[in-house]
Amino acid sequence: MALVEARDLTVTFQTGDGPVAAVKGVSFDIEAGECLGIVGESGSGKSQTMMAAMGLLARNGRASGSFRFDGRDLLSLPASEAGRIRGADVSMIFQDPLTALTPHLTVGQQLGEVLAHHKGLKGSEARQISLDWLDRVRISDAARRFAQYPHELSGGMRQRVMIAMAMLCSPRLLIADEPTTALDVTVQAEILDLMAGLQRETGTAIALITHDMGVVARMCDRIQVMRHGQYVEQGSATEIFAAPREAYTRQLIDAMPRIDRIRTDAARDPARADGGGADIRGAQILDVKDVKVHFPIKLQQGLFGRKVDLKAVDGVSFDLRAGETLGIVGESGCGKSTLARAVLQLIPPTDGSVAWLGRDLTAMDAKALKDSRRDLQIVFQDPLASLDPRMTIAQSIAEPLKTFQPQLTRSERRAKVLAMMDRVGLPATMQNRYPHELSGGQNQRVGIARAMINTPKLIVCDEAVSALDVSIQAQVLDLLRELQAEFGMAMLFISHDLAVVREISHRILVLYLGRVVEFADRDRIYETPLHPYTRALISAVPIPDPGLERARTRLRLPGELPSPLTPGAQLRFLPSRRGDAGYLPRLSEVAPGHFVAEHDSLETILAQ
Amino acid sequence: MTPETRMDRIAEHLTDTEVKGRSLWLDAARRFMRNKAAVAAVVALVAVVAFVLIGPLFARFSNEEIDWALMGDVAGQGQPSLATGHFFGLDELGRDMYSRVIQATGTSLIVGVIGAFVSVVIGTLYGAVAGYLGGRTDNLMMRAVDILLAVPSMFVIILLLVMFGRSFYMLFVGIGLVSWLEMSRIVRGQTLSLRGREFIEAARASGVGPMTIILRHIVPNLLGVVVVYASLLVPQIILTESFISFLGLGVQEPATSLGALISAGAATITYGTVWQLAFPLVFFLITIVSMFFIGDGLRDALDPKDR
Repeated sequence: MALVEARDLTVTFQTGDGPVAAVKGVSFDIEAGECLGIVGESGSGKSQTMMAAMGLLARNGRASGSFRFDGRDLLSLPASEAGRIRGADVSMIFQDPLTALTPHLTVGQQLGEVLAHHKGLKGSEARQISLDWLDRVRISDAARRFAQYPHELSGGMRQRVMIAMAMLCSPRLLIADEPTTALDVTVQAEILDLMAGLQRETGTAIALITHDMGVVARMCDRIQVMRHGQYVEQGSATEIFAAPREAYTRQLIDAMPRIDRIRTDAARDPARADGGGADIRGAQILDVKDVKVHFPIKLQQGLFGRKVDLKAVDGVSFDLRAGETLGIVGESGCGKSTLARAVLQLIPPTDGSVAWLGRDLTAMDAKALKDSRRDLQIVFQDPLASLDPRMTIAQSIAEPLKTFQPQLTRSERRAKVLAMMDRVGLPATMQNRYPHELSGGQNQRVGIARAMINTPKLIVCDEAVSALDVSIQAQVLDLLRELQAEFGMAMLFISHDLAVVREISHRILVLYLGRVVEFADRDRIYETPLHPYTRALISAVPIPDPGLERARTRLRLPGELPSPLTPGAQLRFLPSRRGDAGYLPRLSEVAPGHFVAEHDSLETILAQ
Repeated sequence: MTPETRMDRIAEHLTDTEVKGRSLWLDAARRFMRNKAAVAAVVALVAVVAFVLIGPLFARFSNEEIDWALMGDVAGQGQPSLATGHFFGLDELGRDMYSRVIQATGTSLIVGVIGAFVSVVIGTLYGAVAGYLGGRTDNLMMRAVDILLAVPSMFVIILLLVMFGRSFYMLFVGIGLVSWLEMSRIVRGQTLSLRGREFIEAARASGVGPMTIILRHIVPNLLGVVVVYASLLVPQIILTESFISFLGLGVQEPATSLGALISAGAATITYGTVWQLAFPLVFFLITIVSMFFIGDGLRDALDPKDR
């Protein structure tokens, strides 16, 4: 008998617009000790299936059918009995580890609560078990962490605490709802390793809910593909990746950008006929020299506190040619968004120069800067937040026109807006809609249309596709590439996702704590990365191919990503210079156009 | 990709993900209509306004005319009666209370609405500018507000009325001077959170000037808060005005307001002329209470957390 037998599980929500069926009668089994992947795009109902089993549905939700855990139906058991199973035998970890932990309780108190509730354990015994589990999820210095509050831990650390908490009662089923989506790639790799290890050691079955086919390829034995509340395909991981039967599954796998090669249809794209190599060499339009952005931070130290400069961007130089795409990658907190805003003068740089068409933007007066803005546009990460909720999308798109071409009549402006809407694939019938009435992908098209309306020479895409589902992400990437082929604008493409950056960029800049660690042509950086940080980043990205993915060896760097305020953080890859306070690794050109920051050999770094 | 395939893809996308859109305001209106107390309050307020507008058509006497025949025995014959034509009775000078109450309710409503409007406009602009510009300007502007708030507002109004003479105009100046302060603080707080939003950054990146951003992007997004606060400000200003009139410093005879009538009614209550207090008081309570209910309803309906 399988550990979990769900039969005809249905979840319905009562909304103002009538009942909405989120899950429409799904059936599945989970065997003891296996890892089942439930994949699908947002809104496919993959989370609600498991929420129903855990009794965590929103108040207007109702579940029917059965979810038999070890022969007992969690949906029809009385609440008190189901509650004993939930949390002890079935536990769950969530996407956002900060909101899933109670902010005013220490890690120790939260772990203790679980033990007290399910096992009646208290005091030193509970403390011992908790510490033991913190060790097992590889939290260094567990005794100190035990007394800390959630906000004092990093994102990866918090997710480890969540996992420890979920594992405390040795559950037989662990439900993981997008456990690594909010984490950086290197941290994601570690958390996935940890989960796989625990699964092997304890024989806990895992239900892994995710949209990331790469994660599925790494972790799962079997896969259920979900769409519109129904399972469209199921099978073993190898089968599904090798020969998907459904077109939808095929789409999901194909839309996923890959770190090891360019997506097949993207390579065939005529807009990409140049091969994406180094052969785009228009005139230089942007020359960024030694840009620094420092934020003064007040530390709570001593009687009056102490002011310290947080060096968000600390001396970055690069140039950009017309029609070229420069990818800027790095983990959260590396200063990539700050750098983009400094280039656009949305945040004034502390030092350095940004030369746009030969003129220094940092030295311009307000009037000249405003005129330059016509050619410098930005597309943001969150499509909904970047549009004024009280404006229709046509009004939003028209705004730059009103600023830079005020001589246009109303009807001329309207014609231009409609033409641009059509160009980015928005039907004219949508012009009077408000942003909240559109999907994320459509809103991002509005954002792109607004940026493109004055045919600028440079577009900064700040994580422009990170918040979108993979298939929408692929469409938006295609759109950006088409627009570039048509209008010839240059792009600064900022992303934490190395696979996406590989698809769209000509050259790539890798940032670490506000400094460049490697800068080279795209293919060069992915095929022969030299800096250990670049290599660790690339090796951490999962490939949506179970065979390849499981055979890879991963480069794991010791320790966590330090904060820029940590002393010596910059020398993480140069331990031999530790004695030298304030020394910064220098960039050197190892091959034409390939710059690498000074670093020690990999062995020295790993031996730290 | 050809345009046709692109349109197909969009069409497909539309059919499978689009949920029928609802506007924020329509949604709020629906929630408001579900709130029984608020809807009843709207009905009551509309009735009061209608009374002020149509009431004079039924009046037999004007508000200034003294009924010499009954003047001698206001406590005895001056009580409310259909026969004498004084539906609400007479005041202590023999004037028709019905017309007086209509006049007073009108005055109070005008003071409340105009006062709230003025302070909402000033407070919103002041707060939005301070919040958007930030830094030293913000500090300077808000400290000025803090200092003004520290002075007892009633003291300022009374001082103004005593110094510059009691007039309708001075009353507006006095009330207007103090009531925008809180508004500007609330608006500044909201602006601070709006300022960090990406759509403001998008506008800045596309070269829109600061004043245009404030008027085009910030103020419209503050409307929810402003509407709620304004609906609570109207009764507050009516209360202030009534209190000042009660003290005898407000509007002057022959003009009158609910506060002044209540004050007069309270003074003569010992002679048994209950109606002189009861009628203005009832109208006063209906107006104030229904406005508070409407304000509460609006706040619930527009609360973004409920969305």
